This record gives sequence, C-alpha cells and structure tokens, in this order.
Amino acid sequence: MNRLRHPTEDPPWAKALILVIVGAFLASVLILPMVSVFFEALRKGLPAALEAIGTEDARAAIKLTLITAAISVPFNIVFGVCASWAIAKFEFPGKAFLITLIDLPFSVSPVVAGLIYVLVFGAQGWFGPWLIDHDIKIIFAVPGIVLATIFVTFPFVARELIPLMQEQGVDEEEAAVSMGASGLRTFWSVTAPNIRWGLLYGVLLCNARAMGEFGAVSVVSGHIRGLTNTMPLHVEILYNEYDFVGAFAVAALLCFLAVVTLVLKTVLEIAQPPSRPGRH
Amino acid sequence: MTISIRSVEKTFGRYPALNSVSLEIADGELLALLGPSGSGKTTLLRVIAGLEFPDNGQVLYGDQDMTYAGAAERRVGFVFQQYALFRHMTVAKNVAFGLDVRKGAAKPSKSEITQRVDELLRLVELGELGKRYPAQLSGGQRQRVALARALAVNPSVLLLDEPFGALDATVRKSLRKELRRIHDATGVTTIFVTHDQEEALELADRVAILNQGVIEQVGTPQEIHDNPVGAFVAGFVGESNRLEGEVKAGRFRIGDLQFDASGAVDGPAVAYVRPHELVLSQGGGEGTFGLVANHIAPQGAVARIDGTTAGGLRLEAAFARQAVADLRPGARLDLSVGRAYVFPA
Amino acid sequence: MGLTLALLSLIVLIPLSAVGLKASEQSASEFLHAAFNERALTAYRLSFGAALIAAAINGVFGLLTAWALVRYQFPFKSLVNGIIDLPFALPTAVAGIALATLYAPNGWIGALLVPAGIKVAYTPLGVIVALTFIGLPFVVRTLEPVMRDLASDVEEAAASLGATRFDTIARVILPALAPAWLTGFALAFARAVGEYGSVIFIAGNMPYKSEIAPLLIIIELEQYDYAGAATIAVVMLSVSFLMLFVINAIQAWARRLAA
Repeated sequence: MNRLRHPTEDPPWAKALILVIVGAFLASVLILPMVSVFFEALRKGLPAALEAIGTEDARAAIKLTLITAAISVPFNIVFGVCASWAIAKFEFPGKAFLITLIDLPFSVSPVVAGLIYVLVFGAQGWFGPWLIDHDIKIIFAVPGIVLATIFVTFPFVARELIPLMQEQGVDEEEAAVSMGASGLRTFWSVTAPNIRWGLLYGVLLCNARAMGEFGAVSVVSGHIRGLTNTMPLHVEILYNEYDFVGAFAVAALLCFLAVVTLVLKTVLEIAQPPSRPGRH
Repeated sequence: MTISIRSVEKTFGRYPALNSVSLEIADGELLALLGPSGSGKTTLLRVIAGLEFPDNGQVLYGDQDMTYAGAAERRVGFVFQQYALFRHMTVAKNVAFGLDVRKGAAKPSKSEITQRVDELLRLVELGELGKRYPAQLSGGQRQRVALARALAVNPSVLLLDEPFGALDATVRKSLRKELRRIHDATGVTTIFVTHDQEEALELADRVAILNQGVIEQVGTPQEIHDNPVGAFVAGFVGESNRLEGEVKAGRFRIGDLQFDASGAVDGPAVAYVRPHELVLSQGGGEGTFGLVANHIAPQGAVARIDGTTAGGLRLEAAFARQAVADLRPGARLDLSVGRAYVFPA
Repeated sequence: MGLTLALLSLIVLIPLSAVGLKASEQSASEFLHAAFNERALTAYRLSFGAALIAAAINGVFGLLTAWALVRYQFPFKSLVNGIIDLPFALPTAVAGIALATLYAPNGWIGALLVPAGIKVAYTPLGVIVALTFIGLPFVVRTLEPVMRDLASDVEEAAASLGATRFDTIARVILPALAPAWLTGFALAFARAVGEYGSVIFIAGNMPYKSEIAPLLIIIELEQYDYAGAATIAVVMLSVSFLMLFVINAIQAWARRLAA
C-alpha cells in the first residue's frame, strides 16, 4: 500500500512521529499548565477555593480588574476605529510609519510600559510635583493602572481593523456619500456592518489582555491590597505568601476567562475566517 | 514512448471519476483530452502522471507496467494550470530542479545542467530571463518556464493540465502554436487536458472526448467533428442546432421540418444540424422549409443568420457572405438540411 | 486623523520619550555603567539568550504543530487548534505560577526530571520554558495561513520532476515557508525578550544567575534609581525597535516573492 501514497502525503510513520512529538510538546507547555491551575485550586476542595475568591481583598481585586477593562476596552474601540479609518481611507505621507508606531506597544516590554508612566507621573517625574500640589494620585493609584493597561492594549483593535478597512476600500462609502448620506450616517450604515466581526475579535483579545496584564500594572500599582490590586497582582501576592490554594483559585478564575475568550474567538473565526498571518 | 491505459477505474468517495477507460497513445503523438468539467479528463491525466492511482486497471509506459509507480519514478513532465513554479528560485533554478535533485551517477555535472537550462530557455524563447524570479514574469512567460522545467528531465511523456486556462485569449493563442512547435521539435509524446474544443481541434493529432468518466470517442479532429459517434460528441464538439423530434421510416420530423435520417431507428430522436449544413434550396421539393432571418452577423467570409421557421423553431445557419449579400432582417430564405446527425433520444 | 495622532502621542510617544530623557540626565560614563555593568550584562545575556533559545524551540515545534494542524486529521483537532492561542488569552501571572508549580522538583513534570538530574524551575532553564510558552502561538499562527496557501501543485511538480519526499520538503516547502517562519521566530523573540509576568515565578530571580532584564528595571525602581531603570529600558527599547525593523524587512521580502 505504501507505493500508493499520493505525492503530497507524508509516510504514515512520519505522520505518527510528528503527531506524537507535537502532542507531547503541547501537553508539557500548554495543556498541563492549564490543567494544573484548576487542579491546584481544588486541591483542598471546592469550598476552600470559593472562600479564597470570596475574601474582601479578592473581591476588591476583581472589581478593580473589571473597572480597568471597562475603561480601557471602550477607549481602545474609539481609538482603533479612528486610527484604522484614518489609515485606510486617506492617503498621507508617513502612513507606513504610523502603522508601525501603532504596533509599537506590542514590542515594548510591559515593564518598560509601566516605567514610562512612573517617569512622567511619579513623585520624581515630570508632572510629579504638580500632581502632588494638587493632590492628584496617578502612580500607585487606579489612573496609573488604567493608563498602563491602555498602553499595552493600544494596538489590539486598530490592528484588526486596518487590514479589514483597507481591503474594503472606499468604493462603498463613496457610493453612500454620492447618494447623499451624511458622514455619520455613512459610517453607521455602510462601514460599521463591514467591520463588526473584526472589531469584536479585537475587543475580545483586548479585553483578555486588559484583564490579565501583569508586568506594566505591577510597576505602577504599588500593590496596595484592597485598593490597587488587580486580579493578576492578587495572584502574585497570594502565591508569594505561600497561599497556593488562594493564588490558584483566583488564577483559575482568570484561566476560566481565558478559556471563554478562546471559545468566543473560535466562534468568531468561524463567523469570519482569518485571512492574514500574524494576528495576536 | 507509447502509453497504454487499460480499463482504468477511479472513484473519489462514491463519485466515479473514471469508468473503465482504455486508451492507446502512440509514440510521439500529441493527444488532447477534451471534455466538460467533471468529465474525468484531469483525473485521467493525473493517473497517467502517477499523481493519482487507479482503483482498477493498468497504466503501461511502453510495455512496462507503471500503474503503481510513484510520480517521481515515471519521468514525466507535468505542466500545471497555475504554473506551480518554485517562487523562491530563479527561472534557471526552476528549470534545473529536475536535474538537480538526481542522485549519484544519474546527476549531470554543473556545466551540463547549465547548458541544458540555456538550451531549454532558448527553446521556449526566454533566453534572457534565467536570472529573474517567477514573480517578475507575466503569466505567459511563467507557463513557458513551467514547460521548460517539465522538458528538462527528458520526459518519456509530457502531460499538461489545462496549460493555457489561466491566460488571456491572445497569449493563449500564441502559446498554443508554441506548444505545437516545441512538440514537433522534441518529438516527445504529449497529452494535454482542455475544455476548449477549439484548442483541442487546432492543436492535437488526435482528440479523446470524455464525458462522465467515459471516453465517448477518440479520433483525429476531423473525424471527431465530421463523424461524431454519439449525441454527446455531436452536441459538444462544433456548433449545432439541437432538434428533438421523431424518426419515422428513415426521416426525421419536427414540426414543419423534416429531413433524411436513413439508418436511424424509428422512435423519438435527437438531431444535430451544423449551421453550415442548412443549405439554400431553390427547388422547394420535399424537405424544403422557410426561415425568416431575425439577425444577420457577418464573420469574416461567413454570415451567420439567426432565424425562425414558420413552425416557430429557432435555427442558426451559416452561409458564404456573397451568397446572402443582399439579405436583410425579416427576409425569408428557402432552406433544406444537408446533413444531420440523428441519434435515438 | 488628528485624534489618532494626538492619542498616539499622548499615550505612547511622549511617555516613551521620557525614558530617553531620564536616561540622558546622566553623564556618558554613568550611562554606560548603568547600562553595561556586570549585573545588567548577565541579565541581558539571560533575557536575550533564553528568548533566542525559546524562539528556536518554538521554531522547531511550532513548525511541526502548524504542519500537523494544516496537513493531518487527528482526534480533538479543533480543541488543539483553540488551545494554541492560550498564551494570548491567559494572564502571564497565571501562566507563571502554573509553570513554576508544574516544573518545580515536586511538580508533575519537574518530578519526572529529577532522576535525570535536570532542574528546571528556579534556573535559567525555567526562563526558557516560560518564554517558550509565551512565544508558541506567534510561530504557529504566522506559519499556518502560509502553509495552507502553499499550493499542492508545487509539491506535485517537485515529485513529478523526480524529487524524493525529503527533497521536496527540504528544497521546495521549507524555503517557501522561510519568510513566514522567520517572521514568527522574530515575533516570538521580540515578545520573549520583554516578558516579565510568566518568567519571574519560575526564574528564581537570583542576581547574576537567573535575573532577567525587565526584573532589573523593577529592582532599580524599588531602589528609587530612576535613571538606572530608564537606562536599561533604553537598551531594551533599542532592541525592540531593531526587532520591529527586522520584522518589517522580512515581510517586505516575503511580499516581493509572493507578487
């Protein structure tokens, strides 16, 4: 039978070997870590895990995480739509450079992202003295956390929408305008339906990152329990205090969120299959 | 190299692609596999190439059974519709690939390969473009590279799958002549697949017509055109008026139209009448009928007339231009059927 | 348009320039010392070295994973496909504590490695494991669409020209994947160099041993050495810019070949 193999097919032994290697690799790097989160969280039973999530500090951390996402995600949508609109529908010099700039936060270390806000708004920073005089706290407070989160999630929506809008071009909009539609009307009735799947996709990833960001937030937060602790930071504190069940219980909550994100992402990809490499 | 295909069968899932196909291709012949899409012509070509394997039957190269030999062992040159060039290699590297991957003693020396590549690029008239990348070439040029690459291995048979399908009409025409010239220069047995009957009839020594996994007819272009053996070939090759009527006592009848169908059995029948077989008839005897011209389109030396009979049949006729020079739309012509292909329905 | 530029400047560009300005408050020799003292150099070596090794590991296994996803049918395929993106969706801190627990000497995988004398958690090896986790989807997701678009007729052409399956893979398929593979590699590397959250739990964070560059920034911040922190940030940012440039160059090259 071996001689009947189609020329684009690999021999069965190679297939089996590759699948075993890939399986072992994915198990040790992706699957087992995820399983172990839930396993560790439930090591002392479900009640212990639920109790850890129910503490006042944990509830405060969950609340802050939700607030952060609730501010940074809408911001990201507004910026993403504006930026991709400007880039896709108008010609101007330095356009390619602008796209690279929008992508920049992806390649900046999250720690550096936190640092820059400390340098600008911290006690020693540019606006530090002025902020102290006016009793405004940004660093080691909620605004800093939100700012840092906005920085690291900056490119998510724009990145999804730019190629989508460029592909669609301006024909449909021009047709709508030529029929007498106003700018806003054109956007709602022509542009928005075309980009809704890409927008949802970007929002989904942006939200996951906003809720899960650790490095950047860690720098600007100050780790004040009950006040400036987000869920990932709370995980760190509990873990460093050897409260493993507590740490993994909160981690399991975040992990569950990640699984939901992945499921929704899969659903969105079925609704509109990805057409380009390198989305993240 | 003669190629013999014996009772080859191939199914994809439950869909039969080839149904007991047998075909002999003579050494040095240029054969076209012609048929509508889904007729099995590409599957047959791929079976010959070793890119698919038949469920039953045999494929012989000369007298050697190659049915289950892989593509790499058959030394075929295969040209794909979408060129399938290696885009990270230069044109010259593409052409050299088949020689480059040979092992040991079979592998020619570097200078031999260079010489062979130059020779082939000259043959396909791309002598200057060896250093270019495929992305820098036009569609027609890419297909020439693909042709040179396939010829580089001195193939025992050259197989082309809709080779001109992706090209625009003018390039297609010139490449068609080119393929004939290259075939005559190399003498390699060549089989190409096409759905374009004009291409098949113009280019090939012989044409095999496929329909639903079965070879309907094999013959020279003239035989295929002038003596179709069945309703499918008569309808598929060349232009014709298709008439559904009845045969009674050697005559085909439909409405006010009737003509000779000697040899055909009585009963419901389909007749195919080529436009040029509708002839002007002065006499007005048996079989003469009237056609009112609706539209007259001159095409070179021929005028094509689209008309309606008194009984409401729409027919297309073709005449020498000067024979109908004075004709205007609305005029009536007296016609009779010269020759028709009649098959039982 | 104006809004885009204004927000971009306010949130990204102006704060980023603060790093450069802060670092330039020092004299040249102070800057060089802060940027390239022994401890910093070891940290760079670990961050860049581990990122490079992790990207290479992902280069190999990511290639195989993408190949399996595109070419083979196997049970739970869509589940596997979904889980590839886990590192994008899972908070890095969660990944960090999970990997640390898993690869600790008493963890599920760590315990298996103890008899072999291999210690992963709290060593540079642990850093590599965490960075591999972070980088995997970049390689797989960059390769996948290119692999899928790789027309089967190119492989058939190679086979019909007498190439063995090995030749076809080595000389036709892999070169065709090279631009995407390099892009994925570079993306994984760029992400790994700056990674913090998933690493610190498993790294052990021993000065001169298992301390990564981003951690050094945090340590200097905690010591109120803002200039020192900014200096290391400048070095890391330079690498980020370089990587962006490299990635853009690879993609421009790929576009030329694909035209």
